[in-house]
Amino acid sequence: MAGMNMFLSGNEAVAAAVRLARPQVIAAYPITPQTTVIERLAEMVEDGSLASEYLHVESEHSALSACIGASAVGARTFTASSSQGLLYMAECMHYASGGRFPIVMMNANRSVALPWNIYGDQRDSLSLLDSGWIQAYAEDAQEAFDMLIQAFAVAEHPLVLTPAMVNLDGFALTHTYELVNVPDPSDVDAFLPRFTTANRMDPEHPVSLGFTAGPQHNQAFKQLQHLAMLASGQVIREAEERFGQRFGRSYPGLVETYRCEDAERVIVTLGSVAGTVRPVVDRLRSTGERVGLLRIRYMRPFPDGELRAALAGATSVGVLEKDISFGYEGTVFTNVNSAFARSGASPRNLLNFIGGLGGKDITPTDIENLFARLAAPEGLETVTFI
Amino acid sequence: MSHPSRSKAYRPPSRLEDYPTGTVFPAGHLVETSSGWRSKRPVIDTERCINCLVCWLLCPEGVIRKSPDGRLEIDYDYCKGCGICARECHPGVILMKQEGA
Repeated sequence: MAGMNMFLSGNEAVAAAVRLARPQVIAAYPITPQTTVIERLAEMVEDGSLASEYLHVESEHSALSACIGASAVGARTFTASSSQGLLYMAECMHYASGGRFPIVMMNANRSVALPWNIYGDQRDSLSLLDSGWIQAYAEDAQEAFDMLIQAFAVAEHPLVLTPAMVNLDGFALTHTYELVNVPDPSDVDAFLPRFTTANRMDPEHPVSLGFTAGPQHNQAFKQLQHLAMLASGQVIREAEERFGQRFGRSYPGLVETYRCEDAERVIVTLGSVAGTVRPVVDRLRSTGERVGLLRIRYMRPFPDGELRAALAGATSVGVLEKDISFGYEGTVFTNVNSAFARSGASPRNLLNFIGGLGGKDITPTDIENLFARLAAPEGLETVTFI
Repeated sequence: MSHPSRSKAYRPPSRLEDYPTGTVFPAGHLVETSSGWRSKRPVIDTERCINCLVCWLLCPEGVIRKSPDGRLEIDYDYCKGCGICARECHPGVILMKQEGA
């Protein structure tokens, strides 16, 4: 494996990946726990190791608006945010996806006020699942690094041209340090050539950009966005294949399964908490319990087929998520349940565990208890807070 | 050119594959006309028109144009049928005629 192994936090890994992706424009506004991403990027621009236009803006709304403007002249662009900042971007997120501007964003998953809280849950990004962005969820810093590089390749692919958001759990991932392999710049350049697009302002070929489309034509644009998002699944798999060949790190597509082959009970989750579930699966497996883990790596496009295939033999499935759509259930659960409903073959027991809101700790003991509940689910509510 | 114009030859896309990726198109495409807003259409009797240009001046949509031969013409793609031209016409030669009649 070429490159250099460096001891980096999740946020520093993101900044290192962005440096190698060479965005021509970066516009971002600081917010805990994203701040160190853009601090590192600002330092790189200052010391000359990243030739990028770094725009200082007064808000997240302006940050993403600036990225849209830069993307509209054909620039590769990057931004990052979290929580309240991400929600402040919400209007522009629809603009970016509707305009098919392949902006890449890092989001540090953080709770949403009130009560005010800076710690990690996934209610910020999941509440924007319908904004038309690809949504990836990393488990560790190396994966975050690799997802960031791949996100540019996927978002800018001519069949996709859709913005992409790479999510890292606030603090649990953004602020913990790991050994991260940082490849040679020339290898990343070869994997990720300079972005070119016809969807841009060009005085030689003047076009109208960001126009109105009334009732007769608007839906066609929305349908095309939907089709592009559907097509992105295959593009993600191809990018991972190409990435694996060049960098020696392979990824399993939109979901990762761990000891699911003959599992009767499976916990489905996403993000860094999968790192807590995995050793519990190992421990229970060593005592003969047939348990497994399925980690959703992409919420959009949603891996409904992969999920059904991997869980075909499971009798009890528990979706563990750091999100709640108040008054009903978690959004991840809604999506998983819908994937089963499409096939008409749901597992006998399908439960939703809500945890980690506002950074509430999810311990290995909690996970053991969840597997125990999945073994005896009779009488349990569909949705429980752990 | 005395007035803005668009390519009348342009036909908006009817199939999904004819649409652009994203909101990017040559200017003047995908424009939406407002003729459907109209219940009555103004018709200028050009033989009796004295060319005072009051209607041209007062039309809030700017859809009354001076054609090259000096006559006034109305762009019915964008006329909303408000009737201001007919009301203000001094010799009374603009009549509002029922649409679809």
